[in-house]
Amino acid sequence: MSGTYLGMPAFPEAAREAVRDGVLRANLRHATHTIRGKRALAVAELADWDRLRAAGRAVKDHTLRHLDRYLLQLEAAVTAAGGTVHWAADAEEANRIVTELVLATGERELVKVKSMATQEIGLNEALQAAGITAYETDLAELIVQLGHDRPSHILVPAIHRNRGEIRDIFRTEMGRWGRPAPEPLGDDPRELAEAARLHLREKFLRAEVAVSGANFMVAETGTMVVLESEGNGRMCLTLPETLISVVGVEKVVPTFRDLEIFLQTLPRSSTAERMNPYTTMWTGTTDGDGPSAFHLVLLDNGRTDTLADPVGRQALRCIRCSACLNVCPVYERAGGHAYGSVYPGPIGAILSPQLRGTADAIDASLPYASTLCGACYEVCPVAIDIPEVLLHLRERVAQGGPVTRDGIRVRIRPAHGHTAERAAMRAARLLLGHPGALRAGERLLARARRLRPRRLPGPGRAWTDSRELPAVPAESFRDWWAREREACR
Amino acid sequence: MRAALFVTCVNDALYPRTGIAVVRLLERLGVTVDFPAAQTCCGQPQYNTGYRHEAEPLVRRTAEAFAGHPYVVTPSGSCAAMIREHYPRIGRRAAAEGRGGELAALARELAPRVYELTEFLVDVLGVTDVGAYFPHTVTYHPSCHGLRGLGLGDRPRRLLTAVRGLELVELPGAEECCGFGGTFAVKNPDVSAAMGTDKTAAAAATGARVLCGADNSCLAHLDGLLRRARSPLRTLHLAEILAATEEEPLS
Repeated sequence: MSGTYLGMPAFPEAAREAVRDGVLRANLRHATHTIRGKRALAVAELADWDRLRAAGRAVKDHTLRHLDRYLLQLEAAVTAAGGTVHWAADAEEANRIVTELVLATGERELVKVKSMATQEIGLNEALQAAGITAYETDLAELIVQLGHDRPSHILVPAIHRNRGEIRDIFRTEMGRWGRPAPEPLGDDPRELAEAARLHLREKFLRAEVAVSGANFMVAETGTMVVLESEGNGRMCLTLPETLISVVGVEKVVPTFRDLEIFLQTLPRSSTAERMNPYTTMWTGTTDGDGPSAFHLVLLDNGRTDTLADPVGRQALRCIRCSACLNVCPVYERAGGHAYGSVYPGPIGAILSPQLRGTADAIDASLPYASTLCGACYEVCPVAIDIPEVLLHLRERVAQGGPVTRDGIRVRIRPAHGHTAERAAMRAARLLLGHPGALRAGERLLARARRLRPRRLPGPGRAWTDSRELPAVPAESFRDWWAREREACR
Repeated sequence: MRAALFVTCVNDALYPRTGIAVVRLLERLGVTVDFPAAQTCCGQPQYNTGYRHEAEPLVRRTAEAFAGHPYVVTPSGSCAAMIREHYPRIGRRAAAEGRGGELAALARELAPRVYELTEFLVDVLGVTDVGAYFPHTVTYHPSCHGLRGLGLGDRPRRLLTAVRGLELVELPGAEECCGFGGTFAVKNPDVSAAMGTDKTAAAAATGARVLCGADNSCLAHLDGLLRRARSPLRTLHLAEILAATEEEPLS
């Protein structure tokens, strides 16, 4: 994945800052609660939601099981339709392919459709290094780009910003990228959208090259599919001469008919809409209509290694709807930046440590960035058991274990910094392995009950910094039972 | 009817009143209660923190301690979910890693015999009015493992509304996690406290005198926040309310 986030502090430290930021918390609370409620209503409208969810899961699992076959079928279909397919093993290779394709057109700027895959590989930065400027055209991505910021949500990258902040960004930054914001500019959403529309219109009409991702790729027809709300994507996908789509290999579905499921579940899960305003599909090239050159860059970047893990592979079912972010109480308080990855929230907590590995402190902390409350699993439209994968990855962090890296099975060691925890777990197990020892321990605790401190030293401080300790009873249940019940038998 | 009590390590050491309440309640309903002394902890803290291997001996211990008991009752949705949902999984993994099929058989065999208290009352004993008396305003927080893991549904609420004298007030955002999350409470203390503070604020705003739950670990976290804030709101395990009667009120 992109190096953009390397050097981020681990989740607990990053989240601490976010929790203390009152404006951020208010923005996030408002946004997530609004969409959460709407999603629940939109989903409740469909009597067959559970069956759609099961079908989506089944289609994804089947495709992943036969990924090699469907990708080759897709390549053949795209090629037959006049497109060119490129295979990229990692971010570096994908960035090199896209950069060379753009340079070959002679252009030095391009417009972009909002895409998680290109963020994952840090494409904009790679293009910038080659002297190419990539303009984000999704409204929220534009806000993030103009604000020299990082996205904090899969679907609403600028969810952490409120209207006033966006107005200020538009006022100061738009002029440096192209058409300045109209004066005066208020913070009314319609005014802000109009400013973005005028600014972006110039970019669309001038651009000769566009870069997109895709929500789905249909193997049998070679069709790419993008779902969006604003229509910016459709402008990028139809106006320029050259279209380059960078898509993760897991986005393929076997047949056109499979889209029936996802075109219902994705909009309802993500924006709580029955149908998204724009669904654009393109298949290769057509003379006199749309781009005359189409390149598909199929991105692996850790996906086939993830596929090799029987528990973790279900993360590849993800259709990037972000319902899990919107319902997650941890995401709501910590914000997206704390996850140190383009994929924040519960899905990010299981996807990033699989795509990137668990060696970095931030990646090792992500599987623990959850209370395992299960709300994410409940809303997931493809039934990814996120808590199950979190537990699986916690085991990998704490105890090490077998993983696949670059196609080779290796056994990784536990992540750094778990020595004390491991010793504590072992000690607890020894104590709990002997009821007599447990009883003695409880009696010792009861005898010291009056010493209950307000602040604990060491790791215990994490509890007592904000909470009182529970009172220790004079007698354990075990002792009560022995005295009250066993004595009279 | 006989039932074995799995009191859980947290209740044993810190909340014996909850265990005592379960015993009194079940005995009042005509159930003979056994307490197998070999029980300790279900292994959830280890398993949920990533130490599956450390959890395995506790899975074995728990399964062996309750072998032969057709009904195992526990006043903790989270420990019940651990046994029902994760024990079979832990057993399968151990067998797959070549540590014998015995643990898998033990774990698989225990799982369906374990009942969270409200499930046992409503589904097995078939009662919702347990003859309790508790003349106070109460709001109920359904802990996540009971709510989503076990699917307890409205069982706890049905039991509470049948308590004489009790006025149940709805907790806004009840289905949201309180932020305890086992070791999450110390690994991510800031987010944990922020979640808990929102929960206790919502509970206090209902005007209830008691914040009731069916998991003492979640309640320990919420109670710790309430007492640090010097709030008059008190936390109470559901079992203690259900055990209270006019003759033997909660002390």
